Amino acid sequence: MYEKKEPSKEKQDINDSEYFELRLYVAGQTSNSVKAFSNLQKICDEYLKGKYKIEVIDLLKTPQLAAGDQILAIPTLVRKLPEPIKKIIGDLSNTERVLVGLDIRSKNDT
Amino acid sequence: MSSKRKLGDALLNSFAKTSSGIRGLDEITFGGLPKGRPTLIAGGPGSGKTLMSMEFLVRGATVYNEPGVFMAFEETAEELAQNVASLGFDLKEFITQKKLLIDFVRVERSEIEETGEYDLEGLFVRLNYAIDSIGAKRVVLDTIESLFAGLGNEAILRAELRRLFRWLKDKGVTAIITAERGESSLTRYGLEEYVSDCVIVLDHRVQNQISTRRIRVVKYRGSVHGTNEYPFLIDEKGISILPITSLTLNYQISTKRISSGIPRLDAMLEGKGFYQGSTILISGTAGTGKTSISASFANATCQRNERCLYFAFEESPNQIMRNMKSIGIDLEGCVKKGLLKFQAVRSTFYGLETHLVQMQKIIDDFKPASVIVDPITNLINAGEQDEVKSMLTRLIDYLKSKQIIAMFTNLTHLGGLESTETEVSSIMDTWILLRDIEIGGERNRGIYILKSRGMAHSNQIREFLITSKGVDIIDVYTGPAGVLTGSARLSQEIKDKETEDSREEEIEKLQRDLDRKRKLMEAQVTALQAEFTAKEEEVKQLINQGKRRDKTLAENRKEMSRMRKEDKE
Repeated sequence: MYEKKEPSKEKQDINDSEYFELRLYVAGQTSNSVKAFSNLQKICDEYLKGKYKIEVIDLLKTPQLAAGDQILAIPTLVRKLPEPIKKIIGDLSNTERVLVGLDIRSKNDT
Repeated sequence: MSSKRKLGDALLNSFAKTSSGIRGLDEITFGGLPKGRPTLIAGGPGSGKTLMSMEFLVRGATVYNEPGVFMAFEETAEELAQNVASLGFDLKEFITQKKLLIDFVRVERSEIEETGEYDLEGLFVRLNYAIDSIGAKRVVLDTIESLFAGLGNEAILRAELRRLFRWLKDKGVTAIITAERGESSLTRYGLEEYVSDCVIVLDHRVQNQISTRRIRVVKYRGSVHGTNEYPFLIDEKGISILPITSLTLNYQISTKRISSGIPRLDAMLEGKGFYQGSTILISGTAGTGKTSISASFANATCQRNERCLYFAFEESPNQIMRNMKSIGIDLEGCVKKGLLKFQAVRSTFYGLETHLVQMQKIIDDFKPASVIVDPITNLINAGEQDEVKSMLTRLIDYLKSKQIIAMFTNLTHLGGLESTETEVSSIMDTWILLRDIEIGGERNRGIYILKSRGMAHSNQIREFLITSKGVDIIDVYTGPAGVLTGSARLSQEIKDKETEDSREEEIEKLQRDLDRKRKLMEAQVTALQAEFTAKEEEVKQLINQGKRRDKTLAENRKEMSRMRKEDKE
């Protein structure tokens, strides 16, 4: 579980013990959702290698799950762990903002 | 003209409406909200948007068997349940019965990071799921504008809202969308652009430190609707909107007469009393007995086993009951029998509109045969003069439509006796004036009927007495000394009596004199007769004596001749 991975280049601020449990809410195969998933995959591979889990929830199939995480926008990425819960909406095309949103990088060190 | 009306009828018929179940709202929208379409309710904070939309759902669930979904953007389900518990709605009960579903949508900007394109499909999914899970026919989105605060991309939001309202229509649910009132537009974010079928504006205005809630249907596409501002009320039974003055004057008219409770007053009104469903104004200066007349009337209503509703704006019910007991009117008994109901409230407690709605509601609930408002003058404290008049007009309209006889008292000031401060006399059917008559160092009460529509009423000023046995009306003294009341009337009556008495004595004396004279005369006649009789006797005696003497003489002569041996043979 707690894979000790050599921290890549500039991400010293990541706590090694953190494990990212992510949920991506989509509603069918819309272009935004597809884009978001591939963007997320890319970011995770690059910054969180081996320390993450992505669960994709299709609300068209399980609409009852939408209320639980207060989902409004599609796609929404929810960081379930580490706490606190964070939400990022949109196709995740802006990597910087995704990193900030996931607390992988603080807002100041750009 | 007729084709126009036909078109209107067709529109009315073709347009399906959903009864809101909210008191009065269906009247002003002529049937309810547009069925299967979204309606926008805009209003400032605290104007009652949430309550109105929640009542829409609750009435749907309880009255029309239409389940509803409440999507709350501002309050949680618990908060909502607490807030509307004051209206007697038990949301938890409805939720367990699957008649209501509350979905709290929390949008916290600080928790959300936006990157790139998105849509609000999640909201659609939730709403769709909620609607389908209970088979909802009604939907409320309260207040969807919160999304503007929670999400940064306004362009996306607007596009999505437009899609949402379209989607609601396709879904065929009757929806209410609430929105904050904007500065220059109806809503802060211009939602009226998207929801254009029906727009209702709620308002909460404070005038002279008294607040009044008002509702106005700004727009109702494809339907006629009342365009006025209507006052409405939120109380323990929910929302009631007061349909304003009926536009036509076509109430049912009754020829039935109702006793005023004062026999002499009835006598002044053709001996029959007031018309049923008429309005009576009793005006007078302070202490002329307005309340006493009202109480008599209330008592009379209760004696007929009918209900009477007494709005007291000046005195507490207990005080009125005590005071009326002192003049022999037992209002307490009427209250105990449930025939008389007091509604005492300071006139400044509410705004006029609220008073009106309150009064109408109580009248609806209590269903009285007669209503007393004592006094209407105090209502002026609660509003402007023309407002008071319009409010009273509406109240009277309402009472007339229900065939309820109403008595209003009005305090006037010296000098302005024949004008009412609220200038309501023109809308009254009967106007009774009470006035002070000041003679000989005392004040007395005079009563007269200034007008009474539809009857040949008395034109006389009568004296109005308040005694321990109730109120009574008696004739005033009218004679050579003028119109007199009170002790002046009494003393004049005594004086009259004295004069009359002395005259009678004189006549008796003359009579006696005459009698005496007659007796004297009769006595003299008797005496003369007696004299005459005596004379007559004497004469008779003398005649008899004479006759006897002649006879004796003749006999003596014969004897003598015989003795002398007359030789004549």
